[in-house]
Amino acid sequence: MDNLSILIAGKAGDGIDKSSLVIGDILASLGYRVYIYRDYPSIIRGGHTFSIIRCSADKIASHLNTVDVLLALNQESFDLHKPGLNQEAIIIYDSNSVKSDKGIAIPVGGIIKELKAIDLMKNSCLIGAMCKAIGITKDTLEQVFRKDISKEIDLNLQVAFRGFSESKEFIKVEKLKQKILPLVTGNEAISQGLIKGGMKTYIAYPMTPSSGILHYLAGAAEKFSLKVIHPENEIAVMLMALGFSYAGERVAVGTSGGGFCLMIEGLSFSAMAELPVVVLLGQRPGPSTGLPTYTGQTELNFALSAGHGEFTRFVTAPGDAEEACYWSAVSLNMAWKYQIPAIILCDKTLNEGMYSFDADLIREIKYEGPLLWDRKGEYKRYRHAENGVSPLAFPSDKDAIVKVNSYEHDESGITTEDKDVTAKMQDKRLCKAGHLLDELERYETVKVYGDKDSSTAILCWGSNKGVCAEAGKKLGLRVVQPIVFSPFPLKQFKEALRGVKKIICVENNAAGQLADFVKCRGINVDERILKYDGRPFSLDELEQKLRVSLHSDNVRMSTLGVDGDGER
Amino acid sequence: MEKDNLATYAKNTWCPGCGNFAILNAIKAVLSELIGKGFPRENIVIVSGIGCHAKIVDYINVNSFYSIHGRVVPVAEGIKLARPGLKVIGFSGDGDSYGEGLEHLIFAAKRDIDITMIVHNNRVYGLTTGQYTPTSPLGFKGRSTPGGTTEQPINPLELALSAGASFISRGTSHGMELLKKMFKEAIMHKGFSLVDVLQVCVTYYNMYEYYDKKVYELEGHDPSDYNKALTKIREWDYNNNARIALGVFYKR
Repeated sequence: MDNLSILIAGKAGDGIDKSSLVIGDILASLGYRVYIYRDYPSIIRGGHTFSIIRCSADKIASHLNTVDVLLALNQESFDLHKPGLNQEAIIIYDSNSVKSDKGIAIPVGGIIKELKAIDLMKNSCLIGAMCKAIGITKDTLEQVFRKDISKEIDLNLQVAFRGFSESKEFIKVEKLKQKILPLVTGNEAISQGLIKGGMKTYIAYPMTPSSGILHYLAGAAEKFSLKVIHPENEIAVMLMALGFSYAGERVAVGTSGGGFCLMIEGLSFSAMAELPVVVLLGQRPGPSTGLPTYTGQTELNFALSAGHGEFTRFVTAPGDAEEACYWSAVSLNMAWKYQIPAIILCDKTLNEGMYSFDADLIREIKYEGPLLWDRKGEYKRYRHAENGVSPLAFPSDKDAIVKVNSYEHDESGITTEDKDVTAKMQDKRLCKAGHLLDELERYETVKVYGDKDSSTAILCWGSNKGVCAEAGKKLGLRVVQPIVFSPFPLKQFKEALRGVKKIICVENNAAGQLADFVKCRGINVDERILKYDGRPFSLDELEQKLRVSLHSDNVRMSTLGVDGDGER
Repeated sequence: MEKDNLATYAKNTWCPGCGNFAILNAIKAVLSELIGKGFPRENIVIVSGIGCHAKIVDYINVNSFYSIHGRVVPVAEGIKLARPGLKVIGFSGDGDSYGEGLEHLIFAAKRDIDITMIVHNNRVYGLTTGQYTPTSPLGFKGRSTPGGTTEQPINPLELALSAGASFISRGTSHGMELLKKMFKEAIMHKGFSLVDVLQVCVTYYNMYEYYDKKVYELEGHDPSDYNKALTKIREWDYNNNARIALGVFYKR
């Protein structure tokens, strides 16, 4: 078995999410690498929701549209997902509520009634039946249930075992001899990265898809001595964060596009006052409210240009859980070392997707502290420095008077309108970008996957890394993923593209923002594969689109048909 | 910068006769006394917004955060939450805290967070040259409302009281001694304290004469009584011709 995809579907409120985690954990406990795609509407109860749990012996971060196992609790789930099934797919359904001419009929409703269980436990029944169908032992099932389910575990097990005994075995998912990896959501990986990077305070107003960070950190606050605050709105979030930053605490905030709009006056202020802050920006389709629980990569331009005035910022777009963890910590380090705002661009796919997390895949995360005042001479908050970075002191530091200012200011932080001071201060803030770029040479800011010698490259960013890397490997293409976007490591990027004759850019947006971004830096993209229906690319779908692109002779025509005539 | 007094080298650019001078002098006197009695100067932080009032942070030689319009309160809250040992005093204007940043004021009162807000309430936008504010009286003719406003002003003290503030007071820029007394009491108060200062803008809305005729100091008022505080707060609604009470309306 190369890989296996299981789809579980039902109504919002049916417990699909929890069930997908349990299924994921069952597969992970056998040594498999798991990725879970969650598709749910913006409602609390009712409406169709489903998860695809895909596992493989190799690390994966993408899902397939054609699935091998369907678990259907209701007719709608059955009807909607039947067309996407593999020919030999195993269908397991509740025969008390679904009509089907094939598959394993489990009288789920009847079993629940008979065992005096509750409707939510229907999932346990289907999972039990699934385990038998794919050759997973009762022992494994019980172990994972005991780990993942705290409420009414005995009754849940009883229901699951009953499902197990009503089912029959079709295939055998073998145990693999490799280390077992834990499953985490992108939001959990980000949270852990922030903690490793020394964050002491997290401030956020709830907004999908980044609320998971707020929830995780609020739950972990005591253990890690964190302050986790949920104020009145995102304006307060950002300004409160600047108050924390001024007082000497490492602080991060999280939101999505709409909330980020409200934070932007504070973002610009953070640059002017040189108050470091880290922003987690979870993208979803816009404009405006858009599709709140779906995915998109529509805010690359926004993150790069948000805020009035010109200033240095650190912008990264990690592509999976390990990168999310790593770059969250690095973003804190860079923000505090250079006293600038940092933005981590993620999206619903990454934030809420679930990944097998392999800590060995990332470099060691080190906390790097800011430059502190040496307590010699008079303290000046904005003292001139060759690299633009003035030593920090904080309120309550003896003998230092710390004045920060949103107006242009002199070295002491007093307002000025003097022309020479203005230009000098602007140079001070902007010169940080060059020094930061030099430092970034020590980091893997652009990643290459697939066939590294191929002259055709897929260009992608963020959460598309998973699906592109896998498709690239399959089709023998080079895959290039820039992670840092500001300041942009053009040298490393060009190096990654050395020898490439054709570039196909894959993005979850309608405009091709990355393609335009690299074009502005003298690199022309030949084809754009764009998807902007709120859903991420599945591996099978992308593969097919790439095959079409590869056979196309119009190497120089972009899909938009307007900008394919440049020389690279 | 001199460390042994509270002045800075910044040139004062307020109009001659501006009500802000009274606030500046009163707060400097209060801070000097506080420091003189042994409170560490480095544990004082002042925050301002944007507008004429905001320049005050440039004129006082203590830790300061010159923030942006409407956002004094969340900044002050962030500093206080990060370092509870600090005394955090916010200065804002009426456009600032009663307009652009009203929600922050209400939520700070709701949290009853231990910071002090001193609002330079001149009831006109000065720095943007004369438009109406949330506390301008009905019919106020400003540059954006040449025919006069058609809105009633809000009563910020009533709002703060209903939102949960535990210290509510009012002074004027023609009453240094009362200002000093109130600033001190507000700063020493544990919880959210609001001092509304009827500060006069000599250029765009000179109310010195009017206030001098109308104001009186609260006497025999029990500030711990919510209902009595509410009655006193409602006596003048920032629009009618009633007498204007000064002093501490509410404290719990």
